[in-house]
Amino acid sequence: MSVSKSRPKPKRNPGDFIAKHLLDIPRSGIRDFFDIVSSRKDIISLGIGEPDFVTPWHIREQAIFALDRGATTYTSNRGLLELRQAISAYVGEAFGVTYDPESEILITVGVSEALDLAIRAIIEPGDEVIYHEPCFVSYAPEIRFAHGVPVAVSTTRDNGFRLTRAMLEDKVSPRTKAILLNFPTNPTGATLTQADVEDISAFAIEHDLIVITDEIYSELTYEGGRPSIAAVPGMKERTIFLHGFSKGWAMTGFRLGYACSPPELSEAMMKIHQYIMMCAPIVSQKAAIEALKTRTDTEDMRLSYQERRNFLCAALNEMGIPCHVPKGAFYVFPYIGDYGLTSKEFALRLLDEENVACVPGSAFGECGEGFLRCCYATDIEEIKQATERMARFVKRLKS
Amino acid sequence: MDELLKLLKHNALETPKNLARMLNTTEEAVKAKIAGYEGAGIIRGYQAVLNTDLMDVELVRAVIEIKVTPEREGGFNRIAERVSKFPEVESVYLMSGTYDLMAVVAGRNLKDVAFFVSEKLATIQGIISTGTHFMLKTYKNNGVLMEAEKTDERLKVSP
Repeated sequence: MSVSKSRPKPKRNPGDFIAKHLLDIPRSGIRDFFDIVSSRKDIISLGIGEPDFVTPWHIREQAIFALDRGATTYTSNRGLLELRQAISAYVGEAFGVTYDPESEILITVGVSEALDLAIRAIIEPGDEVIYHEPCFVSYAPEIRFAHGVPVAVSTTRDNGFRLTRAMLEDKVSPRTKAILLNFPTNPTGATLTQADVEDISAFAIEHDLIVITDEIYSELTYEGGRPSIAAVPGMKERTIFLHGFSKGWAMTGFRLGYACSPPELSEAMMKIHQYIMMCAPIVSQKAAIEALKTRTDTEDMRLSYQERRNFLCAALNEMGIPCHVPKGAFYVFPYIGDYGLTSKEFALRLLDEENVACVPGSAFGECGEGFLRCCYATDIEEIKQATERMARFVKRLKS
Repeated sequence: MDELLKLLKHNALETPKNLARMLNTTEEAVKAKIAGYEGAGIIRGYQAVLNTDLMDVELVRAVIEIKVTPEREGGFNRIAERVSKFPEVESVYLMSGTYDLMAVVAGRNLKDVAFFVSEKLATIQGIISTGTHFMLKTYKNNGVLMEAEKTDERLKVSP
């Protein structure tokens, strides 16, 4: 019997067990702000990144019916075939690209899971992923979880936070493997034109890159159409198209998304999905089948958001906060850089002095500094009150 | 339906300034359009939606089914107009199905309404029969829920 003669190592504290690459990733700026806001009472929040609609009744009713019928089991890993067929039809009709329900569509627990699967399926340690900022808080951390290298491209308000080929050319390197797109964008509401999408496609093909496109806000596009990069000729084979039901159908709590991609990639994502998640909840899948049976739900909500967007942009510009009119999502991203405060200071003082919560732009990347994210998925009466309070606040700052 | 009308139907007290902001137009354009709708008779009036169950008033409402003999050259219109003229009658509709006209009648109590139906409505020449259904509670009126839905349960800030 051999006995180790080495000295016993000092015992580790709980924190010492944490993986080093995780320690390097900062906490989400949103979460910091959430902690401050949630301790306050009677605030008007323009900081909520989800629809203020309750899921349309016929969808909820279908979920109840599914439970009533005993739909409480696992489904196949890929998800219910009936749902995949409905998604195939919807994506074909809305985006102009057809996916095979049997081999190219994977149902996931929200787009969040789909994004994680997509990144993990393609990224090897050291691979670079170009993404555009300001952006949703999860992109860079998820790339790092997969030991990839996030490479941010800054977008600016002078062109409505669009992404252009020239910006990508600046950042591409021999290690670049993927481009991650999110249009309409959270937090800027930016969209791409057909020409932008074609330019980015040409860039991806020329540099032999794969594109992950998160189009969760697609139904909430107000002007200019919603061209998807997946539909550009030659792009389907190098695109992972991510979509879901949270925003357009007000189904955030159902946690249901999907990934569409060529069979090889779909199978690779499926490999991770089957081990970590097994399948998306069956009740949510049943509800989603119902959601895709009509096309009017998203349209009614879109019109309502559009009016609130118009109101908020007009009110902000009138009070002297320059605000471009975003073409999609449900956020406005006004510029508050002229008041001598950082976006965090501005947001904190606005909260302290007027009880209005907006998220500092810096939470969405360095180039979000100087901006504020205001969500208009909020009751119009609350938006009216919030803008009155903000006008009062800005007037004080100016004096 | 025109978005302006939808917004006014939702909240008729909305100011032209706010309507202009929402519709991305000018206050003057909104005012002119509203005046146009009023002139054309499309907007017939502006009313508050009341929850009378909460009010300290004596008030009962009934739906009255009315069967009518249509008149030559007048059809149902002349009788419907006659029924409509009574101040007790809040609404009158021409219906398909087993009866012809449906009227909503309001009164201080059951007796008032019953008396009005038997004495005033049923006796109109051309009305064959009536059926009275009293309303017991209002849940939704003119698209407005009488009890507010639950408050916002979303997190105060989310990504």
